[in-house]
Amino acid sequence: MSVDSVNWPALSVFIFFFALVTVLGFVASRWKAGDLTQLHEWGLGGRRFGTIITWFLVGGDFYTAYTVIAVPALVYSVGAYGFFALPYTIIVYPIVFLIMPRLWAVCHKHHYVTGADFVHGRYGSAWLALAVAITGILATMPYIALQLVGMQVVIGALGIGGEGFTGEIPLIVAFLILAVYTYSSGLRAPAMIAFVKDIMIYIVVFAAVAVIPMHLGGYAAVFDAADKAFQAKGGATGIILQPGQFMPFATVALGSALAAFMYPHTMTGVLSSSSGDVVRKNAMLLPIYTVLLGLIALLGYMGIAAGVSVKSATAIVPALFLKIFPGWFVGFSFAAIAIGALVPAAIMSIGAANLFTRNILRAIINPDITPAAEASSAKLISLIVKFGALVVIVFLPTQFAIDLQLLGGVWILQTFPAVALGLSRLRLRPSALLLGWAIGMVAGTWMAVSTGLKPIFPLSLGGATYPIYIGILAGGLNLVISVVASYALGAMGVDENVDETRPADYVV
Amino acid sequence: MGEIPEKRTSLWVWGLLIPFIALLWLPFYNSREPSLFGFPFFYWYQFAWVPLTSFLIYLAYRAVK
Repeated sequence: MSVDSVNWPALSVFIFFFALVTVLGFVASRWKAGDLTQLHEWGLGGRRFGTIITWFLVGGDFYTAYTVIAVPALVYSVGAYGFFALPYTIIVYPIVFLIMPRLWAVCHKHHYVTGADFVHGRYGSAWLALAVAITGILATMPYIALQLVGMQVVIGALGIGGEGFTGEIPLIVAFLILAVYTYSSGLRAPAMIAFVKDIMIYIVVFAAVAVIPMHLGGYAAVFDAADKAFQAKGGATGIILQPGQFMPFATVALGSALAAFMYPHTMTGVLSSSSGDVVRKNAMLLPIYTVLLGLIALLGYMGIAAGVSVKSATAIVPALFLKIFPGWFVGFSFAAIAIGALVPAAIMSIGAANLFTRNILRAIINPDITPAAEASSAKLISLIVKFGALVVIVFLPTQFAIDLQLLGGVWILQTFPAVALGLSRLRLRPSALLLGWAIGMVAGTWMAVSTGLKPIFPLSLGGATYPIYIGILAGGLNLVISVVASYALGAMGVDENVDETRPADYVV
Repeated sequence: MGEIPEKRTSLWVWGLLIPFIALLWLPFYNSREPSLFGFPFFYWYQFAWVPLTSFLIYLAYRAVK
């Protein structure tokens, strides 16, 4: 790192906005004031967030900084296939509309703080709840680490990153700030920061999609340049899909949509809203963010058309902005991305901390824990989780977090039968669901490892090969086993009917 | 179980299946033409399904509210 390589106008604007959200993060503890020594106050913001706050919170939480970096990077590298993100983030909302208001209602009624709390109550099985909790924590950890990658990329592009451990100091400082205000303010901090972050991201993206194509001769020219670039690379991928990509594209989109709201951070966002109706309205309104994501994805093609060359595809968005925008706006956009990492990272660590506290500490280790001790445990765990993610990013190759996040997607899908089917009238047996979960986890991990940690498994069936997303295959196996074992247990007369919820509890 | 009379699933709720079919069946839209404002069909079709899906959810919302 040298003083010459630092982009001073960009850095000043960047630091200004970063300082602003830091202040907001601490002020947030007094916003809609509640007793922060209670877990549902610290970890769910007291379930008080209305339609607009929830919209910003879930939007900021679901469309993460890593998305802003990784989706255009994928489009830059492989073209149309990277657009699976669009079908994924469209069909996710009918799913949210159908199941999440019911989850909100039953969790509100029984004071559940996590998805695993619901599973515990619905099935009367601490072990099934433990399986759901551990899966959630495992899937979230690498996701937090990847938010740091988003931050690392923009810090590097500002010229204050650099080689070795000292180059990571800006990242460590940013993350310490995040850790401290999450500790003191809980979910209120990311909720308040999400306002600033999302408005900044909207400004950046609308400026980018209006200004950049003007420099490049319009959208037709952008698509044309990308088309030629992919053909020059041999045409294995392009600006429309090859027929062989249809099934991977569709199954990854569907699997990601089913998994999306099973993650602790998205579920935490939903549960923090003030009513089931707020959740329904958000299913209608959150797709606005999908338009934003689609526009962000197009930045990958703009990078190609602008002739930006990067060592790693993840640097494409910052490199494109540096090439086109003036310094002060580069600083503004990079701050938007870095702050964009703080919101989901905070909510993810809160979601994981809630799971650990409720479904491991209270359910298994210390059932007599007081509510105040519960909240202070969650605060401490949120620090540990973030510290773990930081260690992974500073000391291990980024690929490690990317591979784990891929596995995390496969794993979190294995909680879908217990959680989502549990919200319907159908109630499978907890031991059957636990068996299905275990087999799904093992099969999914095995398939991922056997393909060299790729998301797609070539399934051979009757002489033909179908390339299908591993999460869908493992989840399908899980579902079949859960249903069959459930009916088998029923036929054997095994009684497992301890359900503390009633049908009326699910009505919004 | 069964304290509440089962409500018939509204027709509009079934409408929520439409985006799944429209977006997961690739032969429907994996083409360049007709393009719109410089966007190949593959892209503007996907963008178009964002407001269409919101509208279908709105219809289902009105029916179940």
